[in-house]
Amino acid sequence: MSLWEYANPVKFIATTDRVLPALAWAAAGCLAAGLIWGFFFTPDDFRQGSTVKIIYLHVPSALMAINGWLMMLVASLIWIVRRHHVSALAARAAAPVGATMTVIALATGAIWGQPMWGTYWAWDPRLTSFLILFLFYLGYMALWAAIENDDTAADLTSILCLVGSVFALLSRYAVNFWNQGLHQGASLSLDKEENVADVFWYPLLVSIAGFVLLFIALVFLRTQTEIRARRMRALLARERMA
Amino acid sequence: MIALLTRDLRLAIRAGGGFGLGLAFFLIVVVLVPFGVGPETTLLARIAPGILWVGALLACLLSLDRIFALDWEDGSLDLLATAPLPMEGIVTVKAAAHWITTGLPLVLAAPALGLLLSLPGPGYLWLFLSLLIGTPALSVIGTFGAALTVGLKRGGLLLSLLVLPLYVPTLIFGAEVARRGADGLAVETPLLMLAGLSFGAVALLPFASAAVLRINLR
Repeated sequence: MSLWEYANPVKFIATTDRVLPALAWAAAGCLAAGLIWGFFFTPDDFRQGSTVKIIYLHVPSALMAINGWLMMLVASLIWIVRRHHVSALAARAAAPVGATMTVIALATGAIWGQPMWGTYWAWDPRLTSFLILFLFYLGYMALWAAIENDDTAADLTSILCLVGSVFALLSRYAVNFWNQGLHQGASLSLDKEENVADVFWYPLLVSIAGFVLLFIALVFLRTQTEIRARRMRALLARERMA
Repeated sequence: MIALLTRDLRLAIRAGGGFGLGLAFFLIVVVLVPFGVGPETTLLARIAPGILWVGALLACLLSLDRIFALDWEDGSLDLLATAPLPMEGIVTVKAAAHWITTGLPLVLAAPALGLLLSLPGPGYLWLFLSLLIGTPALSVIGTFGAALTVGLKRGGLLLSLLVLPLYVPTLIFGAEVARRGADGLAVETPLLMLAGLSFGAVALLPFASAAVLRINLR
C-alpha cells in the first residue's frame, strides 16, 4: 500500500468515487455550519460593524487560492519526476478552481475595502500580489488550452508552474518593497500572542475547513473528468484507426 | 557560440530582421504619453521614469516572438539542436542576441527620450544604469516565454500573457531605481535588488528555457 498506487487512473477513479460523496457532504456541511454560524450567531465588531462577517468568505478563499497554486506546484513536480499522468491532470484540474478562489478573495476584499478603507482597490502589496497570482493562473490555463499534444502541454505547463512560483514569490516581496499597505498583518497565525478573538475564530475555522474540503472535492471531480475525457479521446482515435 | 551570435546579429540587422522596430515602438509610446496626460512639465517629470521603463518593457515584449519563430519555421532550430553546442548555450546566445539588437538600443535611446519627458537632471544616469542592468533580465525572461510558445500558431498574445507577470519584479525594482534617482534619493537598495534579480535570471533561466525548448522540439 503506497501513495503511488493512485497514479493508476483506474485505482484513482475507483477510490475517489468512493470518497467523493462523503467529501462533498462534509464540505457542504462545514460551509453551511461555518457561514450560518458566522453570519447570524457572532456579534458585530465594535468598529467594523457587521462588515466584519465578510471574513468568513474572504480568508478561506484567499487561503485556498495560495494553497491551490502550491498543490499545482507539487503535482507538477511529481509529473516531472515520476511522470504519472494523473498528477499532471490533477494540476490542470486545480487551476480553474484556484483561479476562482482568487477572484472570490479579490471580490470580497473589494466589497470589504469599500466601507473600511473608503476604496474598492488600493495598490497594497497583498492586493497587488493577489492580482499577479491571478495573472499567473490565467497564463497557466491559457498554455494548457493552447497546446494540442497532451504530454507536451503537461511538460510545458509544469515547467511554467515551477518558474512561475519563483517569480510569484519574488513579486510578493518586490511589491512589499514598492508600496506600504492598507491591509492588516497576519492575525490568524498559530504562534502569535495577539490574534482575532475566539468568537470570530471558531466559525472561521469551520468555514476554512469547508473551503478546504470543497477544494479537494472539486479537484477530485475535475481530475476524474479529465481522465475520462482523455480516455474518450483515446477510444475515438482507436475507432478512427480501425 | 560566437558564430551563432554573429549569425543572429547579422540576420537581425539585415533586411526583414525587425531591427529598430522595438526602438520605433519605444519612441512612439513616449511621444503618445504627453498627448494622453497633458503637456505640463511637472507632471511629465514625475511620471517620466515609470513611462520610460514601461515603454522599454513593452518594446522588448514586442520583439520576443522573433527570437525563435524564424528559426523554427525554416528548420534551423532543429539543426541547432543537433549541433554539438548544448541547448543551454543556444538559448543563452539567442537571449544575448535579442538583448544586443533590442535591449541595448533601448538603453542608449532612453536618456534622449527622457529629454522629451523633461526627466529631472540626476535621473538620466540612474535611468541609464537601471535599464542597462535590468534589460538583460527582460531578454532572458522573454526567451523563456518565447521557448514556451515556439510551436504555437498564434503564440504572440499568449506569449505576452505568460511573460508580463514574470516581468513584474524587474519592472518594480528598475522603475524604483529610476524614480528614486530622478528624485535625488538613495538608490542603493533597489539597485542591488535589480542587479541580483538580473544576474540570477541570466544564470538560472537558460536551464528552464533549454528544457522547454527540448520538449517543444521532441
